[in-house]
Amino acid sequence: MFNFNIVSSWIHGLLTGVMPEWAAILIESIVVALVIITLYAIFAILLIYMERKICAFFQCRLGPMRVGPYGTIQVLSDVLKMMTKEVINLRQTDHFLHNMAPFLVVTASMVTFACLPWNAGAQIIDFNVGVFFFLAISSLGVVGILLAGWSSNNKYSLIGAMRSGAQIISYELSIGMTMLTMICLTGTMSFSEICAQQATEGWNIFRGHLPAVIAFLIYLVAGNAECNRGPFDLPESESELTAGYHTEYSGMHFGYYYLAEYLNLFICAGMASTIFLGGWAPLHIAGLDGFNMVMDYIPGAVWFIGKTFFVVFLLMWLRWTFPRLRIDQILSLEWKYLVPISMINLILMALIVSFGLHF
Amino acid sequence: MTDIKDNTLKAGQETAGQEAAKAAEKPAAQPVAAAAEKPAAAEKPAAAARPAAPRPAAAPAAPAAPAKNQIEPKNVAPAELRAEMERLKNEEKMDFLENLVGMDWGEEGLGVIYQLESTTTGKRAELKSVTADRENPMLPSVSDLWDIANIYEREVFDFFGIKFTGHPDMRRIFLREDWVGYPMRKDDEAEKNNPLRMTNEPLADVTESLTLNADGTVTKTENRIFEDGEYVVNIGPQHPSTHGVLHFRVSLEGERIKKIDPILGYIHRGVEKISEQMTYPQTLALTDRLDYLGAMQNRHALCMCIEQAMGVEVSDRVKVIRTIMDELQRIDSHILFFSCLCQDLGATTAFLYGFRDREKILDIFEETCGGRLILNYNTIGGVMADLHPNFQKRVSEFIPYMRKNLQEYHDIFTGNVIFQNRSKGVGVLTKEQCISFGCTGGTGRAAGWHNDVRKLHPYAAYDKVEFNEVTRTEGDSFARYMIRMDEILESLHIIEQLIDNIPEGNFQEKMKPIIKVPAGTYYSAVEGSRGKFGVLLESNGDKSPYRLHYRSTGLPLVAVMDTACRNSMIADLITIGGTVDYVVPDIDR
Amino acid sequence: MNNENNYIQGLFGGLKTLCIGLKTTMREFFTKKITEQYPENRGELQMFDRFRGSLTMPHNANNEHKCIACGLCQMACPNDTITVTSEFYEDEEGKKKKRLASYVYNLGSCMFCQLCVRACPHGAITFDQSFENAVFDRAKLVKTLNQPGSRVEEKKIVKKAPAAPAQPAAPAANA
Repeated sequence: MFNFNIVSSWIHGLLTGVMPEWAAILIESIVVALVIITLYAIFAILLIYMERKICAFFQCRLGPMRVGPYGTIQVLSDVLKMMTKEVINLRQTDHFLHNMAPFLVVTASMVTFACLPWNAGAQIIDFNVGVFFFLAISSLGVVGILLAGWSSNNKYSLIGAMRSGAQIISYELSIGMTMLTMICLTGTMSFSEICAQQATEGWNIFRGHLPAVIAFLIYLVAGNAECNRGPFDLPESESELTAGYHTEYSGMHFGYYYLAEYLNLFICAGMASTIFLGGWAPLHIAGLDGFNMVMDYIPGAVWFIGKTFFVVFLLMWLRWTFPRLRIDQILSLEWKYLVPISMINLILMALIVSFGLHF
Repeated sequence: MTDIKDNTLKAGQETAGQEAAKAAEKPAAQPVAAAAEKPAAAEKPAAAARPAAPRPAAAPAAPAAPAKNQIEPKNVAPAELRAEMERLKNEEKMDFLENLVGMDWGEEGLGVIYQLESTTTGKRAELKSVTADRENPMLPSVSDLWDIANIYEREVFDFFGIKFTGHPDMRRIFLREDWVGYPMRKDDEAEKNNPLRMTNEPLADVTESLTLNADGTVTKTENRIFEDGEYVVNIGPQHPSTHGVLHFRVSLEGERIKKIDPILGYIHRGVEKISEQMTYPQTLALTDRLDYLGAMQNRHALCMCIEQAMGVEVSDRVKVIRTIMDELQRIDSHILFFSCLCQDLGATTAFLYGFRDREKILDIFEETCGGRLILNYNTIGGVMADLHPNFQKRVSEFIPYMRKNLQEYHDIFTGNVIFQNRSKGVGVLTKEQCISFGCTGGTGRAAGWHNDVRKLHPYAAYDKVEFNEVTRTEGDSFARYMIRMDEILESLHIIEQLIDNIPEGNFQEKMKPIIKVPAGTYYSAVEGSRGKFGVLLESNGDKSPYRLHYRSTGLPLVAVMDTACRNSMIADLITIGGTVDYVVPDIDR
Repeated sequence: MNNENNYIQGLFGGLKTLCIGLKTTMREFFTKKITEQYPENRGELQMFDRFRGSLTMPHNANNEHKCIACGLCQMACPNDTITVTSEFYEDEEGKKKKRLASYVYNLGSCMFCQLCVRACPHGAITFDQSFENAVFDRAKLVKTLNQPGSRVEEKKIVKKAPAAPAQPAAPAANA
């Protein structure tokens, strides 16, 4: 497999050759940040287009067809429209918090985006406690949502934000628990190591068999809830609260929420593919060496993005099939079903690992 | 059979002319032969069973007996009204207040017509009470006897200025709080007194109630609608789930609903008032715009009311056509109900499946009627145009298609555990509540109240088909939903029985150029898509109605929202609102 | 124990219903789509022949219409959408006769109830199937239906018999 470290150390060597180390690192950081932001925007556009098309196909429609061939430029023009729209500040809102809230949300989502392992060696933030870091940062977004609801001085927004707070904080528990289950299997918290391990020993979802599959399903449900997406979209449930916490936002401030929603979907799917489906690790089937060789020729980034989009498709399928839950049902689903099941699952995984019953 | 349909469609004037001439000739020249000839010519057995003897084209003879839908309300003095109403409610078990219509009889004074029905014995009673005082008219309230009287009396107050003593909440309901005058009075000059106001509409926080003391004086008490510091959220007037411009002020305790105060009238067009200046055929054009998902049925009700009042008997063909159209309209409405409920509950995909299938019905309508939503099909004495030659084929294709897709609805939505949890046990209305609030249609039937007009007082061709009145006992949102889904099947069943057996006959009776209804009060009701749709017509023999009142199917459904939603959550308000299935233009009229 | 059973049954029963829903949407994912791509399919788009687009007054090849300016349609209209103006002229024999000067129809206030068409004793007006009626200026919705220089069709003696009960089935219900 191609390791991206070769490229990055080559660049680093090149830069340190002409300038002091601190300057080289500064330039690298800036370049990486720009790359991240560009990728962020590109993926958001891809995801929005994908969602529009997929949801249309589920609904017997064609979706956008008019702007560009098959509506490919539709989202770009939407972005353009959103950027040119005026950001409206209402008189009786808390201006500072109101303006800050979208940035909190988008920052949290960008930092978690940086945690994704794109390829072997192509990971921007890589700690030995990467999973911890990911969980901590991703829960920052809820602060932005709560602030938005509070500072908007709007009753719909406030109810939406309160719902969102209750929901996200609850579901974080399940996410943490399922991740813990998988850490139990891998024995490491670093995303790069988790991926590297899966490249050699097989994907976690196969290695951990039953508990891993259960954890995967729970993760999908909880992750969907974390992203505030249907059927868990009741913080913004348009048929009850018109737009929930972002009712009072316009222009690019609204755009940030929109962007963050789709990227959170991508990050959620990306994490699922990293932890359960091997990240950039190609599909290997024991005994079929020729097949494995061919699989190895496909670059890791393609594997990662492919798997991620597969999970995104699964989540969209869920979203466009089910009706929305009610707030008490969301909470009872979490506390009465997901948490106990994932606890039992964790014990099951611990037993399997300690008796060496995994592959 | 082919004769009529093919020729008329070419819209050839000559053929149409010849045909009518033929129809006019037949009964005069050889009535027996015509009757005998028909069954032989008709291939379909049912047509044979009911040979459509062509009716004389000449104007029908004036009826000797009073028209069968004429009502003669018993006049009760205001002072005795209260006692009489209590007697009817408690002794005669008249538990269903069907209608409460304000009326301005000019010289005689202002008054109200009450229509009562007993749901146990089926007995009916009509009363009226008139007060000669035009300055400060007052009548005793019956809002404590029937819950629905609360909102009906507010409507009468709004339009006629009759104050009801003992009513807890005497404020306007449709018009602005600062409206001057009472527009349905014959001497009111609404446009002069009410220039276009550029200020926001004030919303009352305080309402008043009047109590009549023993010595004849009146005491005013002020009631607060919401306490200070209550968390009141406006649902509407622009809200995705109110299905139109309807406004609820909802007092919340966290997510729980404490009280709902509906504010109506955002699209009130004064259809009843406009109708008073129109000729009878012109009034028809407005019925389609009441409950736009019951356009056929609304118009059917008005046409039937006028026809019966005039003693016109429509042909069997027209009766069958109207029945089929009413049922298609009902399916259309129920599909839209399903779609909107799905949309409200966040299942957007199921929403579009519903719209996909509704399109088929709209195409059927458009081909025959020329319209999709505003159909303009029924006329006084018949229908606008004969069925399109493709009609039977399209409908026959639609029936199995719809049955198949109904299963898909059940797969994607009905069975879904999320929906089941959100609807079962939510917004329970008991049978007594439904009757007291006059919630007819699916909402009443979900609570076990057998109120189907098609069964109780069959009209058109409903006595000739067999179908079940779908009822349930739970009275919750899920029951209301399932009633509608099952009614689609029943409607398909009705259409199936009729579609191949449409009898021959005129599609339009010959009417006089100017239609005048004999003086009197008439009432006809049909089973609309969401309940009993009634038309009360007061005529003084003129070419336009003296007063035309529509018994709205949606008004009781909005009135019951407060009761149904107490202690539920905001999300339940959406479910309940979706399943009681009101349509705003019908409420506001 | 019952409670536990309910819990487990509820869980699996619920999962089953969710799977049925997922199966349904996945099936629809691959079925034919129903979107009509409107401006693109203009060519083959055909309205039903009874569709009421806007009111027209058909003229024959000699620029003749059938309107005798009796004004019945104007009276039948609930919205005062139609304004018929007539003028008097002298024919060759010196008799004073009435003829149509202008037939003005306001599409903007029309509610397509078809009362005018039913009221017309001569079949002079009819609804066409046009539906692209949007304009930028409301004044453009006011249309004069009789073409310039047009005149009323002369009655043919031969056709007189059927012409009398022109629309017997749809009589002039209101005048």
